[in-house]
Amino acid sequence: MVLRAFFQVSLLLLAPPLLVGIVNRVKALFAGRRGPPLLQAYYDLAKLLRKGAVFSRTTTWVFRAGPAIGLAAVFLSGLLLPLGGERALVSFRGDFLLLAYLLALGRFFTALAALDTGSSFEGMGAAREVSFASIAEPALFLCFVVLARATGTLSLSGMLGAGLGAAWRESAPALLLAGIALFVVALAENARIPVDDPNTHLELTMIHEVMVLDHSGPDLALILYGASMKLFLFGAVVVRLALGGLPPASASLAGAAFLAGLGLFAAVVGVTESVMARLRLTRVPQMLVGASVLSTFALVLLLR
Amino acid sequence: MAVTLVILVPLALAAAALAWPDARSRPWLLLAGAGAHAAGMVALWLRPEPPLAEGYLFLDAAGKVVLSTTSALFLATAVYAQGYLRRRPEKDNRVFVSGLLGLLAAMTVVGLAQHLGILWVAIELTTLATAPLIYFNRNARSLEAAWKYLLVSSLGIALALLGTFFIALSGAGPGGPRSLLVGALVEAGPGLSKPWVRAAFVFLLVGYGTKMGLAPLHSWKPDAYGEAPGILGALLAGGVTNVAFLSLARVFQVTRAAGEAAFACDALIGLGLLSMALAAVFMAGQRDFKRMLAYSSVEHMGILAIGLGLGGGAVAGAFYHVLNNGLAKGVLFLTAGNIHRAYGSKRVDEVRGASRRLPLSGPLFFAGFLAVTGTPPFSPFWSEFVILNGALGKGRYAVGGLFILFLAVVFVGMGATVLKVVQGDDRGAPERPGFADSWLTAGPPLALLASVLALGLWLPAPLAALFRSAAALMGGS
Amino acid sequence: MTSWIDMTFVLVVVVNLFLLASSRLGAVIRAVALQGALLSALALLLASPAHAVGHVLLVAGGALVIKAFFIPWLMFRAIREAAIRREVEPIVGFVPSLLLGGAGIALAFAFSRGLPLPAPEMHTFLVPTALSTVWTGLLLVVSRKKAVTQALGFLVLENGVFIFGLLLTDFMPVMVEAGVLLDLLAAVFVMGIVIFHINREFASLDTDALASLKD
Repeated sequence: MVLRAFFQVSLLLLAPPLLVGIVNRVKALFAGRRGPPLLQAYYDLAKLLRKGAVFSRTTTWVFRAGPAIGLAAVFLSGLLLPLGGERALVSFRGDFLLLAYLLALGRFFTALAALDTGSSFEGMGAAREVSFASIAEPALFLCFVVLARATGTLSLSGMLGAGLGAAWRESAPALLLAGIALFVVALAENARIPVDDPNTHLELTMIHEVMVLDHSGPDLALILYGASMKLFLFGAVVVRLALGGLPPASASLAGAAFLAGLGLFAAVVGVTESVMARLRLTRVPQMLVGASVLSTFALVLLLR
Repeated sequence: MAVTLVILVPLALAAAALAWPDARSRPWLLLAGAGAHAAGMVALWLRPEPPLAEGYLFLDAAGKVVLSTTSALFLATAVYAQGYLRRRPEKDNRVFVSGLLGLLAAMTVVGLAQHLGILWVAIELTTLATAPLIYFNRNARSLEAAWKYLLVSSLGIALALLGTFFIALSGAGPGGPRSLLVGALVEAGPGLSKPWVRAAFVFLLVGYGTKMGLAPLHSWKPDAYGEAPGILGALLAGGVTNVAFLSLARVFQVTRAAGEAAFACDALIGLGLLSMALAAVFMAGQRDFKRMLAYSSVEHMGILAIGLGLGGGAVAGAFYHVLNNGLAKGVLFLTAGNIHRAYGSKRVDEVRGASRRLPLSGPLFFAGFLAVTGTPPFSPFWSEFVILNGALGKGRYAVGGLFILFLAVVFVGMGATVLKVVQGDDRGAPERPGFADSWLTAGPPLALLASVLALGLWLPAPLAALFRSAAALMGGS
Repeated sequence: MTSWIDMTFVLVVVVNLFLLASSRLGAVIRAVALQGALLSALALLLASPAHAVGHVLLVAGGALVIKAFFIPWLMFRAIREAAIRREVEPIVGFVPSLLLGGAGIALAFAFSRGLPLPAPEMHTFLVPTALSTVWTGLLLVVSRKKAVTQALGFLVLENGVFIFGLLLTDFMPVMVEAGVLLDLLAAVFVMGIVIFHINREFASLDTDALASLKD
């Protein structure tokens, strides 16, 4: 029990930057370059932690608190997730609501920190990010509802736990649709192409980047780390949903499959980012509404 | 034998028209087709024939009403076409003649069809045959009208096919008739699955109602009737709509037999009243007298739907109205076509004094207006009277009251437009030489009007008996 | 086996949703072609051993050739002639169209519960899929402005009717199936010709230009 907790927390703490490394490597390979080393994100975090921070005179405690609260929120959500089919460290009925709202809390404080700078530019980014998130959240909830209906439980550990095998046998199309919708939501929440380009340096095209533009040093490290952990979170849900249909195996085999699946998820995100172009801002709501309708359809399939 | 005559001869002539090299003599094929069809109908009246093709084709009372109207109307328009097409030598009439003959064949198949599938195919063919003909004038407006007609009609037909499939499914249960023959379905009656029949009726009402031009599915009518040449307008308003009504009636037969009559009747009366209301509203202040005729057609389809839905004696009135409406619309559209050609315009603010410039067509247009709005002694008065009688006799005072109200409003609205066109002085109105009245272009509407008047003064007993037996099929008396 | 049929039905509905959301005409035409191919596969998958093999192959093959190859080819020619690539903002916007489509799917499933299938072994997804495809087609025809998209919407509606017709293949004569394909062919032919004329007359396929006739 303690060992399991130790493994889960250390995975949650240590694995996320590796995912970001895989995504960047895949993108570089697609572009014909060799790309940065897989562990580059760790080096970047270490470098940033050693640096000093610069704070604008117009900012207040909110600006300093934003990154920390964001990371804390994401970490707490991570504790709610069942990693690799095991039970989560914290699990109770309705914990998926807590998950969604913790993520929202993190986003809220990031946006607040951006507004705290007093610059209209950050405000623009915050406005865009928050409006996309408001459309992505129903999609996320609908996916969870589909999962809840399919497995008959209301806790994340139940939804993504052992009951998933039976759910896949009974209603595979619905779960497949929910999975696709969840992937789309993951792309939106993590500010990946086609919603947002994390590598852009053109200021008018930034959405997420512009909110974190003013942070430096350790604060920036916290933000990058938090973002990678969020990607890890969504990846864990999608991978667990996908792998749930496979027959049950020993714990170590399942764990290894989960890790491999996470790597594959990162690679798929990288491929998606390389293959697609960014959508026009007015098309992003359409994509997210499409994801919502897909999960609604999955729900209808389950309810008939 | 006569059945094959009425279907195959027009079809063969339609094919021949496509190949016929000489444009001046091509219109004769129309006359030949009309004559053969009329001869076939007379033969069928005198000597009824047994069902053909395993019961798929049979002329029963309802079909006889519709087909006789169509035959008479087509004969009149074929004669008219001789004069009309001769005066428009600049237009290539190959597609036009062929299309009209194809339309006649398709309408005949609908009248004879006792199988819902064949019925549907034939209605589809009427759409396809007429869409290119609306584009006869080759301008932007007629193209727009043709596109809207094609799209909306195809939509309706597709929904009607879905409804036909629903009916087939309703009879597909164990021990069911497993057939789309109307007779078999009516016999199976209560054995048909009710939810399927109900759903089928909704789709078929929408589908065939679109073809009829019942509100709110009538949006294509003003454009199509407004832009189509007069002949086509007459055949559409007096032929195709009747044939669509017949299809709806066949579906009603089956629905009634399955026990869903109450639902179907309510739907029919509702849509009928809506059609009359919409027609009344849109006819007031109408600036284009051919579009006005389209709304008149919507109104009369509403009357037919109300008659069918009321049941009892009103159904016979509805079939009587099929005949009257068909002939009267023929008068109106042919004369409107003449007036349009003579002035080069359809707009009420430009056209006036038609009774002076066209001493036959102008007064005929006015007389046609009187006939179609139900003025005695013309026959539509009597058919509308029978329907009204049926409504009041069944205690449906609201329906009867609204019926009279809408008729009155239509009379006033249409009358204002018609009088503006017909009366007054034609000096200063736009002129087009070469389109004065001639016997070929004014004779047919005159003949049609004379028959409407004659029917109003004296209804022959065989016709009355025919209407009653047609009504009996639909549950009337 | 059943799950393959399930998947195909689900894919048909997903294609419907894509059609409602997409504004790129090339993508829409390809999606309709894909739907036609799916329908042809359905005709093969749903055939029971009781059906005549020749009939089944004829229907499936005809659907494939006409819906998946011939008609999309016609449509591509039409848009190449008119040099259009994108749909303009439709009367009902893309997001409301998606929502209406989704609502239609839910309603179709709800209504199908009230319509009992005569033979219990008939597939339970068939009626809702057919109805929702009909609804999607109707939405496309009514809300889109480009004539090509309206014609494609009509095609989708016909697809829905075709799916439904698959229920009747065991006792309905070939006529009905042939009727659907014939209807499609003839209507599209005529529509194609009219579209050609519209393009020539108005130098655009935007049906906003076809708005001069009104009261």
